[in-house]
Parts: sequence; structure tokens; C-alpha cells
Amino acid sequence: MREYRFERPGTVTEAVRRSGSDTAYLAGGTTLVDLMKLEVMTPGRVLDINRLPLRGLDATGGGLRIGALERMTDVAADPRVRLGYPMLSQALELSASGQLRNMASIGGNLLQRTRCGYFRDVSMPCNKRQPGSGCPAIRGENRMHAVLGTSDSCVATHPSDLAVALAALDARVQLQGRDGVRTVNLCDFYLLPADTPHLEHDLRPGELVTGVIVPRLDWAQRSIYLKIRDRQSYEFALSSAAVAIRREGDTIVEARVAVGGMGTRPWRLPAVERALAGRPATSNTYAAAATATVDGTRPLRHNAFKPELMQRTLIRALLELEQTR
Amino acid sequence: MRLNVTVNGEPRQAEDVWPGESLLYVLRERLGLPGSKNACEQGECGSCTVYLDGTPVCACLVAAGQAEGREVRTVEGLAEGEALDRVQQSFVDAGAVQCGFCTPGLVVAAHDLLARVPEPTDPEIREALAGNLCRCTGYEKILDAVRLAARR
Repeated sequence: MREYRFERPGTVTEAVRRSGSDTAYLAGGTTLVDLMKLEVMTPGRVLDINRLPLRGLDATGGGLRIGALERMTDVAADPRVRLGYPMLSQALELSASGQLRNMASIGGNLLQRTRCGYFRDVSMPCNKRQPGSGCPAIRGENRMHAVLGTSDSCVATHPSDLAVALAALDARVQLQGRDGVRTVNLCDFYLLPADTPHLEHDLRPGELVTGVIVPRLDWAQRSIYLKIRDRQSYEFALSSAAVAIRREGDTIVEARVAVGGMGTRPWRLPAVERALAGRPATSNTYAAAATATVDGTRPLRHNAFKPELMQRTLIRALLELEQTR
Repeated sequence: MRLNVTVNGEPRQAEDVWPGESLLYVLRERLGLPGSKNACEQGECGSCTVYLDGTPVCACLVAAGQAEGREVRTVEGLAEGEALDRVQQSFVDAGAVQCGFCTPGLVVAAHDLLARVPEPTDPEIREALAGNLCRCTGYEKILDAVRLAARR
């Protein structure tokens, strides 16, 4: 690990003021400390923000406001999340391991870096880590890589489960920077790689994620996060689906659908939502709607199974959601 | 920098800590507590599991500075004097140790599970221990040990 200066700013304002291009914010550390050991990230200064007042979960008014420093374990277990937004609890509990969920913050989860093996190996080229150096994944080991939102520069999958569920819920990210505070839609917060895969977020220099807002959605009580992976626990998604359904009788009135393990960012599927709305809640409807997932997919040599897996994941999520009350 | 941390109930100080050190390194190399093991250094194997302010974490991914002023309980802090904790005794009695490298982390993770869930089901045990890898693949005996500890 490279030498760095460790600082502990006392307030959010001070943290933002002290932050610069050579700085990293340290929350849970499960991404940052790991990537600093690998020298994938080499900040000259690390600002420990853990004592800043960015905790708390507020459900006043029916939606949620989650402080950026809340830990994954605590948010998942909160009854207001578990009952009102089960897909959020499920996405959190199907992530990482118990130890890591105890450490990792909500803000850090949203900012976690891709698991692409070439990104994590400093002896390899990677356009995300070293712009212009090339992307070995496009013709190399790419079974876990993305089929949506990719470019000729980068095919790295976004790894967060939580972000997929939040995308389905129209969540917003709260930011504080030197010029004040602002709020951005989570789906716009993540940038497509295009030819600048090193730019991953709509974050201005020094800006700090302070919280996440989940707008009120009463029918999210009927929601699910289904994750398909190579082993039953402690593994990143090959495929996942976050689905919420509003039904009247046997008819689907509205739906929210996002998928994970597929895209270079969390991937909302409005075409699938439209294909579900107004139709009877039957397996025929689900199968027909699922075909709308594959528009624009770009499979690679080792992940050609992903578009079909995405359809099956979505159908299964819809069927499992039928069983819940 | 100087690091102040309470370890197993005692206030401790470590001198000349450089920020790149992990809490695991401080515990093992500076405070003479080699019980927590250093294996993957990536938070994947759980061999370094310790309680930090009462919650199990991977000490290899805690930057030393993050631990300032906080409370750590390591596997060395589970026994009461010469009397092993029930989880430790159950690992001995069930023969749940092969090479032993993963054992301290598993003991802490199982200790936490039983504090939260006194009578865990097998799926609950499996999920609670999912972040602890045993390369000897001795999981059957490890599950036996946790079931035995839950009965004690």
C-alpha cells in the first residue's frame, strides 16, 4: 500500500473543504481499503468520515431517508424497510457476508467499484483504472461482465445489489459539495462508460454522498429482489431482478422493474414495466414482458447466456412475488 | 501516529502506527494478539474476524486510524480466564479444527450468531458463517460445533 495521510474532519463542511483530487473519503472501508492494498486506488490523503453526523433512517411521510453512513446490516433489519420496501432488505441481505455488511455503509455501497478482474489487477491494462490503456475483458475472461450499457472501452458490470433495488424505487442521491447541496436521481447518478469509463458518477470534485431518498411507494410492500449467483451465499450476481407490482384483483396496474448483473450500471427496464401494466397477472404475461428485456443487449464470448438468464430471472421473480402477501 | 484502542476490556496504546496498517496488523504485530489470523487480506476469508464496538468485522479491512477510541474484542477475549467460551469448547469437543487457521474467525462469527440467535437453524448457521472460509473444507464438523454450542 502506498503511503497516505490520514485525516479526520470534524464536520461535513470541513470534509468537503479539505477534499481534493488526491483525496478519498473513508466510510466502511470494504472497497477503499481493499483497493488501496491492491494499489488500484492510491489516494494521497484519506478523510475518515465515520464520525460525521450522516447516520439515521427517517420514514416520516412514508418514504425513506437513509443517512449515507448507515450500515447495510442495520438498514436491512429496520422494520420500516423490511415491511415497506422488502426488496431493499433482501438486496442488502443477499450482498457480501455478515462481517462486510456490518462494516459497509449505504453511501459506500452505491460507490463500490466493479469486480472486473482486469480492473483489480494493476499489472493489466484497464480503461477504467488507466484511461486509454485498453480493455482486455472485451476479448478475455468476460463471463461475469455486462451485456447492457457496454462500450468498446469497457464492459465492467456494476456490482451493487442495493443500487438495483433503489433504481426500481426511483431513489435519489443527496450530495454535499463546496457549492452547497443538491439531489440527483440515482439512475442519472451512474454514468455509462462510453469512451470515458473512468468517470463513473455524477460527482463534482469533493462532493460527498450524504444520504439516499426513497420516495413513498405504498405498493412496494409487494416487492422482491431475486439474485442468481454461482453459489448460494456471499457472491456477486450473475443476474438479479428487483420487482414491485401493484395489482387490482388479477390485473397488474403498475410495475417497477430493474435488473442487476447485466449492466454497466443498475438497469431499469421501463419497456418491461409497460408490458406488464394493464395485463392479467399470469405466467403468459410475465413471459411476454420478459422478452422486452433483451433489447440492446450485447453479449460477449463467455456471457452469451446472460440475456436468457435475465428473462428467466425476471419471470421467476414475478412468479415468486405472486406467492407473497 | 499513536493509536488508542480498548482491546478485550483494557485500554491499549500502539506507537508509531502508520496509516496504511490495518487493525489486524496492529493487533497481531504491535499488541501481541496473534489469535486473529491474516490470510486473504481482502475481507473474503473471515480469518481476521473481531468484534469492533460489539459487531463482527474483518479486521484486515479496518484502517488502523478508524479504530481510534473504539472497542475491540478478539478471540483471545472470549474465554473467562482458563475457562473456554462454550463456542471454543464446542469446537474442541466436535473436532471442528483441522489446520486451525480459520478457527479463530469462525469462533468469533459463531459467538456473535449465538448471541443474536440462541437457537439457530442450519440455514441460519450457514448464512452467518458464509463469510468464513475453511480451506480444509471442514464445514460439517464446524456446523456440528455450532449446533453443540447452541445446546450448551
